[in-house]
Amino acid sequence: MRLLAVSTSAAVAAGVVLWWGLTRPAPLAAEALAGLEGDPARGENVFNAAGCASCHTAEDAEEDGPPVLAGGRRFPSPFGTFVAPNISPHQVVGVGGWSDVELVSAIMLGVSPEGSHYFPAFPYASYGKAEMQDVVDLVSYLRTLPESDRPSEAHEVGFPFNIRRNLGLWKILFVQNDWVIGGELSAEEERGRYLAEALAHCGECHTPRNALGGFERDRWMAGAPFPAGDGRVPNITPAELSWSHGDLVEYFTSGFTPDFDTAGGAMAEVVRTLAKLPEADRAAIASYVKALPPAE
Amino acid sequence: MTRAFYLFLAAAALTGPALAQDTEDPATVAHEMRERQMQLFAYNLGPLGGMARGDIAFDGETAALHAGNIASLASVDFSPYWVEGSSNEELEDSRALPAIWENLEDVEQKRLNLVEAAQALEAAAGEGPEAFGAAFRNVGQACGGCHEDYREPDED
Repeated sequence: MRLLAVSTSAAVAAGVVLWWGLTRPAPLAAEALAGLEGDPARGENVFNAAGCASCHTAEDAEEDGPPVLAGGRRFPSPFGTFVAPNISPHQVVGVGGWSDVELVSAIMLGVSPEGSHYFPAFPYASYGKAEMQDVVDLVSYLRTLPESDRPSEAHEVGFPFNIRRNLGLWKILFVQNDWVIGGELSAEEERGRYLAEALAHCGECHTPRNALGGFERDRWMAGAPFPAGDGRVPNITPAELSWSHGDLVEYFTSGFTPDFDTAGGAMAEVVRTLAKLPEADRAAIASYVKALPPAE
Repeated sequence: MTRAFYLFLAAAALTGPALAQDTEDPATVAHEMRERQMQLFAYNLGPLGGMARGDIAFDGETAALHAGNIASLASVDFSPYWVEGSSNEELEDSRALPAIWENLEDVEQKRLNLVEAAQALEAAAGEGPEAFGAAFRNVGQACGGCHEDYREPDED
């Protein structure tokens, strides 16, 4: 009996140690950025491809001029309501005081400078696939943007999802840095895959998720419930979407569908940033979408 | 007699739908008319979109004509379309969000944005395909500006 109690507590203790070890947030080492120099002009293009402004500008932000990344937009989800933080270069309430490696760790690994995990409403599961050089360029561009003194608000997430340490397990289970769409791709399709799977993080909304919020990778881009309420994010694989390459490019450029309806809801915002990309990048994303395997 | 009877039948067949519409619920009619207004936009957007995509050759005169039509179509006062009771919560087919009726001033501003973008497109049509392409993008964004905030996402 006593032996049983001892071995049970030993097992529990081992479990706790294992959990503690597995869930430990691991930021990038300082030397990870050695030799990389940020280019803000290239970073602006990365910023547009990554759609940062779509979440981090205030709801009533001015459309003209450089974006003010004041945060404050609210994102309801089945796990709680997330509030986008201030990521402007303000020294106190923004990210102005963070080092380059802290910012890159946040964006690519979802680890904060204080060493805790971010909630995956921040799409680091996609950004983690980006080229380090692109993220360093992005960071140098972020540093050129106007400051906002609006303090960030806390997320409204209840138990048990508010135990951030558990997100370490979530990352082990669900963050994969290999491409979802493999096989032989043309150079344009590969560029499109880089943009769609990493920077533009299309799969974050268009791919269904399991009960714990992990991607169902075998149903990549097959559509999903709209996280904030009624309606669905459409299936954009050839199983449902029959638009031509030209139709897709036009949609990413002006927002018009082939029958001259327009993007609405959250996608209208996405199109506004896609429209700022070089035309070749919009064509590349269209080629990638056309190359998706059909999925129901 | 027979001829007069057939004439009567034909007249009844032609006017019937219109009469039926008069007796329909005003909210349902308003919703239907909104859709027709959108179809008129789409009809004029067709040739413009074809030119923007390069599917048909750019022709400044044709482009200006359709852009002008869109500006005219957007210039009508939309207020009769916003009949109470025609939101997506009250009508089965409607995708108009209740937020419209809480923000009528903003909805009106978005209509004026479209008028402005379409007029700019009409002017740009005379300046060649490049200016036209950029101005066409702005028309798309003006249309999307309203759909973003005031239309229910597609049910797929």
